[in-house]
Amino acid sequence: MRLSSLRRTLLAAALGIAVSTPALAEDRELLNSSYDIARELFAALNPEFSRHWQAEQGEAINIQQSHGGSSAQARAILQGLRADVVTYNQVSDVQVLADAGLVAEDWQQLLPNNASPFYSTTAFLVRKDNPKGIESWDDLVREDVSMVFPNPKTSGNGRYTYLAAWGFAKQAFADDEEQIHDFMRTFLGNVAVFDTGGRGATTSFIERNLGDVLISFEAEVNNIRQEYGSDDYEVIVPPVSILAEFPVAVVEANAERNGNQDLAQAYLEFLYSEEAQRILASFNNRIHHETVVAEYAEQFPETELLTVEEIAGGWDAAMETHFGNGGLLDQLQRRR
Amino acid sequence: MSAPSLPFALGSTPKRVLPGFGLSLGISLTFVSLMLLLPMTGLVGQLAGLSLAEYWAIITDERVVASYVVTIGAAAVASILNAMFGLLLAWVLVRYEFPGKRLLDALMDLPFALPTAVAGITLATLYSSNGWMGQLLEPLGFQVAYTWVGIALAMAFTSIPFVVRTVQPVLEDMPHEMDEAALTLGASDATGFRRVILPHLWPALMTGTGLGFVRSLGEFGAIIFIAGNMPYQTEITSLMIFVRLQEYDYAGASAIASVILFVSLALLFAINVWQGRFIKRLHGGHG
Amino acid sequence: MQRIGDAPALRRLLIGSAMALAALFLLLPLVAIFVQAFAQGVGVFWTNVSDHYTLAAIRLTLLIALATIPVCLVFGVALAWLVTRFEFPGRRLLQTLIDIPFAVSPVVAGLVYLLLYGRNGWLGNWLDGNDIQLMFAWPGILMVTIFVTCPFVARELIPLMQAQGSREEEAAVTLGAPGWTIFRRVTLPNIRWALLYGVILTNARAVGEFGAVSVVSGAIRGQTNTLPLHLEQLYQDYNAVGAFASASLLALIALLTLAAKASLEWRTARREDHP
Repeated sequence: MRLSSLRRTLLAAALGIAVSTPALAEDRELLNSSYDIARELFAALNPEFSRHWQAEQGEAINIQQSHGGSSAQARAILQGLRADVVTYNQVSDVQVLADAGLVAEDWQQLLPNNASPFYSTTAFLVRKDNPKGIESWDDLVREDVSMVFPNPKTSGNGRYTYLAAWGFAKQAFADDEEQIHDFMRTFLGNVAVFDTGGRGATTSFIERNLGDVLISFEAEVNNIRQEYGSDDYEVIVPPVSILAEFPVAVVEANAERNGNQDLAQAYLEFLYSEEAQRILASFNNRIHHETVVAEYAEQFPETELLTVEEIAGGWDAAMETHFGNGGLLDQLQRRR
Repeated sequence: MSAPSLPFALGSTPKRVLPGFGLSLGISLTFVSLMLLLPMTGLVGQLAGLSLAEYWAIITDERVVASYVVTIGAAAVASILNAMFGLLLAWVLVRYEFPGKRLLDALMDLPFALPTAVAGITLATLYSSNGWMGQLLEPLGFQVAYTWVGIALAMAFTSIPFVVRTVQPVLEDMPHEMDEAALTLGASDATGFRRVILPHLWPALMTGTGLGFVRSLGEFGAIIFIAGNMPYQTEITSLMIFVRLQEYDYAGASAIASVILFVSLALLFAINVWQGRFIKRLHGGHG
Repeated sequence: MQRIGDAPALRRLLIGSAMALAALFLLLPLVAIFVQAFAQGVGVFWTNVSDHYTLAAIRLTLLIALATIPVCLVFGVALAWLVTRFEFPGRRLLQTLIDIPFAVSPVVAGLVYLLLYGRNGWLGNWLDGNDIQLMFAWPGILMVTIFVTCPFVARELIPLMQAQGSREEEAAVTLGAPGWTIFRRVTLPNIRWALLYGVILTNARAVGEFGAVSVVSGAIRGQTNTLPLHLEQLYQDYNAVGAFASASLLALIALLTLAAKASLEWRTARREDHP
């Protein structure tokens, strides 16, 4: 049994790799805990901020990123991941941290626009020339239409889609509960597959050729269209949809511990700057900075955006009455 | 097969012939306590926070029960297929020399080395209606992706190394004389296999299949991409656990996980007991 | 010398069906991975593989696997020796306990470690107070990897050692050989293949583990991202080529392990032929 020589070789190889990578300099590190599909976005934003900070403060810094499903990310912070800032795609995941005392209680008031430097909405991606003629939510409950969006039980993206459809129905049926429920039941019945995340849903729609329409964030469907060929797909922004906020906050308990309070605060404020807003818009996110809004006006069609507050009385209520165990979503999906 | 190697009898203190009892017991107990049992207190702690009625309500939720049916059914099918194919592959790898044998051997570990999500994405790519396999199968009216067949396929893929790699060493270790004795006595290949080889392999085959089955019950990453995840039809139990975790409901997740854990441990315990008896019978007293 | 299943026709049939099966079931997915990895040419593949974050992920993954194997080896051999060579109360229970990692779904396995050693756990709280960070750093990743892979070696050895029985070792004891010598000279040669399969499986699972690691890693790019986590991140980002390039590396690691096994087999065979 001569494993030892083999192991020695492997160990040497591993150590070789370990040694050959230069150790990172002793720069201050800022850890940003973010949602799963934002890697490229922050890969574009972070160098800009570093440059900005270097120019103003004369200090070189190092920004680390952690990406994952937003509630798994929040769970990690609850259990001790020492991230300085969070940049998520659902308000309730930041609220969990605030409830645990890691983020300031009034975090939504600490930065402009409910601490959401950019926003998006839920939009449709349909196949070339829109063969099923899908323009709004009521087209989606037709018998000949099938659609793909991620499971609201596992994905924030899916929850936005569900709530947007609910918001439409609420408006269309003037709050008549029975009609809203019927609409939603048909709507959920037209789903071809329930992937656990937005990326899986995209694969099902594009590569598996499932469904007539993919529902996701407007930023996402535009990115997908650019990625997979703008001739083969069309983006439809329905006349009524939902306001999807991308909340950010300083995790004060950690930033204090890491001695990064100034840096964390400046980083989040930077996201509101003209420079950062332009980068955000170039990734198809809707922004607030007036100059940039004017520049990108064409890219974002006017549409009525309902808030989660208007649709379901806020995220806490939505999570409980709609998505919680035995909630409305469970009831609507029940076998009949 | 004469004098029993491990002299023990009811009522008498076993006499330990071989050295190393203390050392191996020490290492094993330390490891099992620190690495396995201590973390499990976390699970128990979560369960302790639930009343019996709450626990029962969580694990008998209509949708969760439907997921048990899907998961156990697909795992059973996957295990039966794996037992047959795994035995065939192990046999061919041990008994025959042929070109490409090394590659075949190497392929056996692939399912473990690939992160389960890659396996899932790749299988879904191959078996969806526009994939390499799906294109062939769909016209025959055989839909794999987004049905329970796809779930069983993903389970079989992720757990086949268990069967092959458990049977392989036992088969390699089998003395030539056993074959020869059977053949000299005039038995045909089939009879020889059934009467001589299969009994020798049974414990390993059952262990491998059992482990594969248990692994299938807990598998998540490889399955969700090919399952379709439609409520009551293709939702697996691991997805139910995942959903509870998303809701920060650790107690609920632990409750559902505990059902899978108990079923798995009971099954493995049964295999262990059965295996001990079986081997004793086979060797006339060797434990 | 005639053996069961040696008839040429039967032999061809079995080899043929095994090959066909493996081709459809195992080779095809492998090919699909490489096709995707090289979909945009060797250049793009190389750019993805030599990326700073990919290299960091490879390094972490290899180090975790290398640290996991010896631990699992010692534990596996000790446990297999214990349960197959001695009879004692609670033997079956112990044997079943080591299957816990198979019976717990990986995500839950990660979660139980997080609940114990994370900031809100009783042990984690104390660790946090003393500024010791296990979770969301490499020690946490190593711990869950050991948890997930520890049964493999024992599980490979137990059926074999049971089937072999302990007569040879007992004979050695009668001849007065000391314990370690018996193990090295009698037991080890008998179990070396099972041991090797155990190590191969341990290694394969250690490099590929996703569920449990994802819960405790914190997924900090360049620091606590293992190769499977890195790959998932790339896939989420629509960088399919990058994701499959990483996947092909993991497949390569599996193939290399097997190549190592083959060369070991070959050297052993040569040594036995020419002692």
